[in-house]
Order: sequence, then C-alpha cells, then structure tokens
Amino acid sequence: MTATQTKVRLATVWLDGCSGCHMSLLDTDERLVALAQRVTVVWGPLVDAKQFPENVDVTLVEGAISSEDDLHRIRLVRARTKILVTLGDCAITGNVSAMRNNFGANAVLKRAYLENATLDAQIPRQVIPALNAIVRPVHEFVPVDVFVPGCPPSADLIFSVLSELLEGKMPNPAAKFG
Amino acid sequence: MSARAPIRVKTLTIDGREVGAREDQTILEVARENNIFIPTLCNLPGLSNAGACRLCIVEVKGVNKLLPACVTRVAEGMEVTVNSERLAKFRRGILELVFAERNHVCSVCVTNGHCDLQNMALKLGMTHVHFPYQYPRMPVDASHERFVVDHNRCILCARCVRVCDEIEGAHTWDIMSRGVECRVITDLAQPWGKSESCTGCGKCVQVCPTGALSEKGKSVAEMSKRRQFLPYLTLMREGRR
Ligand code: SF4
Ligand code: SF4
Ligand code: SF4
Ligand code: FES
Repeated sequence: MTATQTKVRLATVWLDGCSGCHMSLLDTDERLVALAQRVTVVWGPLVDAKQFPENVDVTLVEGAISSEDDLHRIRLVRARTKILVTLGDCAITGNVSAMRNNFGANAVLKRAYLENATLDAQIPRQVIPALNAIVRPVHEFVPVDVFVPGCPPSADLIFSVLSELLEGKMPNPAAKFG
Repeated sequence: MSARAPIRVKTLTIDGREVGAREDQTILEVARENNIFIPTLCNLPGLSNAGACRLCIVEVKGVNKLLPACVTRVAEGMEVTVNSERLAKFRRGILELVFAERNHVCSVCVTNGHCDLQNMALKLGMTHVHFPYQYPRMPVDASHERFVVDHNRCILCARCVRVCDEIEGAHTWDIMSRGVECRVITDLAQPWGKSESCTGCGKCVQVCPTGALSEKGKSVAEMSKRRQFLPYLTLMREGRR
C-alpha cells in the first residue's frame, strides 16, 4: 500500500460563516505540518476542484444554512462523507448568521448593498444565491456526527478533534456550549 | 422545654443511598446536604422555591410522574432516583427547549463564559438542540439608567421577581402572559427606566442566571455576576429572627 492510499481524505466546507472557523483551523500552526502528512485535503475554500469529491472520510462544515445553494451543497456533502463534523457555533446553532432571522433577509440586503454602498448601489440578483427567509443550523437538514462548539472553536480543540478522528476514534468535544 | 413542636426526622433513599432528613426539607435540600448533584436553574439558595425550570425532576418510586426536587417534600420511606438515563434525556430536552424558545447567541452575549444556562448545557452534555429554533422577535429595554433587560436571553426562572420581592422588598418585577407570550415585566409593564418601585439596587441583575439582565457598559463576555450578598443577607435575617 502506498502512503497516499492510507491517508485520510479530508474536506472542509464554508457555508454561511465568517471564515473564522477556517482561520482557527489554520491557527493550529506548525501542527498543520504533522496533520498534512496524515490527510489529503480533497476539498476546501482553497482547493481547485469543480465538484465535491466522492468517498470523503471527514468533512468539517463551517457556517449555517442560509440559501437553497447551501442546502444543495450540504446534501451532496453528506451523501459523499463518512463523518460529518459541524465546526463552530454558526453550523451548530445558527449563531451570528441566524441573527437576521428576527428582521428578515431583505433588511440585511438593503443595509449591505444600498445603505452602505457609495457607487452604483443595487442588490445583486444574479450569480449570488438568493437568501432564504430563515437561517438554520446544519443538523436541522442532514445528520451530523460530531459537533465542535465555539465561535470560533479554539485551534487546540480543532486539533484534538482531528487527531482523535485520525486515530479512528469518535470524539465528543464537550468544551462548551454556544 | 421549648414550646416549639419537635422536629421529626424522615428516612429515605436517594439512588439507593439511605439518608436522613428533617420533615420540612425538600428532596433537593437533602440531596445537596449529602453531596448528591441534582441540576437546577431557577433554584437559588436564599430565595423561595419557584419550581419554574423543571430541570430538577426526579423519579419517586410509586409515583408515575416526575417530580421537581426543589418543591417536593421528603416523606418516610421515599425511594428517590436522581440519576437515570430517562432523567438525563428529559433534562437535556428541557434545556434544549429553553435554548430553542428564545435567541441565545452566546458569541455576542454579555455573559458568554459566565452563564448558568451555558454551564448547565455543558454539564448535562448537550451538544446541539434537537428542536427547531423559534427565533422569536424579542424586545430589549435599555431605559433604566444603569441596567438592561434583554428578553432574548430570559429563561423565565423568576429569580429577579423573587429577589426583588423577598430580599429588596420592592417587588418591581412580575411575570406577564403565558406560553410564548410570557415575559418578565417591571411595574405594570412600564419601561424599567420609568419604574417608581425600582430602587436601583441591582440585586436582580446579579441573581439573573443569564445575560437577560446586565449592567450597562458591559460588552461581550464582560458581565459576570456577583451573588455573595445573598447568603450574607439571608444569614443576617435568620440571625435576627
Ligand atoms: S462560528 Fe463564529 S467564527 Fe465560526 S463562522 Fe460563525 S461567526 Fe465565524
Ligand atoms: S444568556 Fe447564556 S446561553 Fe444565552 S446567549 Fe448568553 S451566554 Fe449564551
Ligand atoms: S430576567 Fe433573568 S432572572 Fe429574571 S426571569 Fe429572566 S432569566 Fe430569570
Ligand atoms: S430547580 Fe426545581 S424547578 Fe427549577
């Protein structure tokens, strides 16, 4: 068996989150080097691939479900992933992403694209997926195997979760809630 | 001989352990005396019992419903179970409903990291909420010159109501309406800042288990509560009696 065959196929997905959870993953610093020797990153914000791949061992999901596009993506991810990990409070509770649920998507679009724009103010209607009325956590749509709490989860917590997963264990990272 | 009626002692078992209690004690008090943990949220030693949160439910042999330990008196021969898988499941369910029915966004909350509700979720091993979040639209009243009430974080434990009535003697707080409409109110549902009964003592803010009541000027995670005054005041009063 070659080394690449034994490597764990890892994916990371960025839905409605601020990217802070991905930043925290990068904050594991030099430990990333050790991780990189044991995993192949097959999908992520910086991976150049057209489609979410098949046969993924572990997928870390940052962010809540805010659009039909998010929903479509998470269903595909779930179908192709063995262990689905929600990474951070937005994915687990809706968190900051869901704060707009109280006043609606239109108010957010108006604030961002009309009130705060200086040039050519208009709400984008093409290419960018339309927002759902209500933002919801990932597990309300697909089964989730591991919940990693925090906003963002600390680098140490992410590293310990990944380490356990790489050893074939099922982590239960009860560090905090919310 | 004293004129007082003699205190009767009852014997009961908690999780199979034999314990003795005064007849006027609750299951919760006896459990605590014996270092047996029962999760609670609305209970706060020094205040009366409200039975509001239902987290303290226990099983009593021969009774087919679950009983709240904080408001259930002991009885001779009672067999109480405080730890079982069934209880753990229900307690987690109760806690999840509390989270689902208001807007708890811990990452931007004044009490993040110092919150009784958050700590209880951790203690009971809650990883996520199985019920659909309700996302109700809730007001925030910042009309008081020093304090804020944020209904998004209120768990309706009535600690504020009790401390204000029983310790401060002002009775500014009450609970209005039922179900999802249920709210804490000041005076007759007037803005807190307009309240004529509020003395501004801040006791409600300190006993509030969550970020629902906070001091102005506190930012995210900066509001930790100081409750030392409560056992002190209770002790002083008991001494005077
Ligand atoms: S959980 Fe916090 S850090 Fe992670 S995406 Fe949401 S806002 Fe950003
Ligand atoms: S009150 Fe507690 S549980 Fe609610 S948002 Fe604030 S820290 Fe989180
Ligand atoms: S405001 Fe605080 S103390 Fe009062 S009922 Fe709500 S959570 Fe309890
Ligand atoms: S502690 Fe008993 S009902 Fe809240």
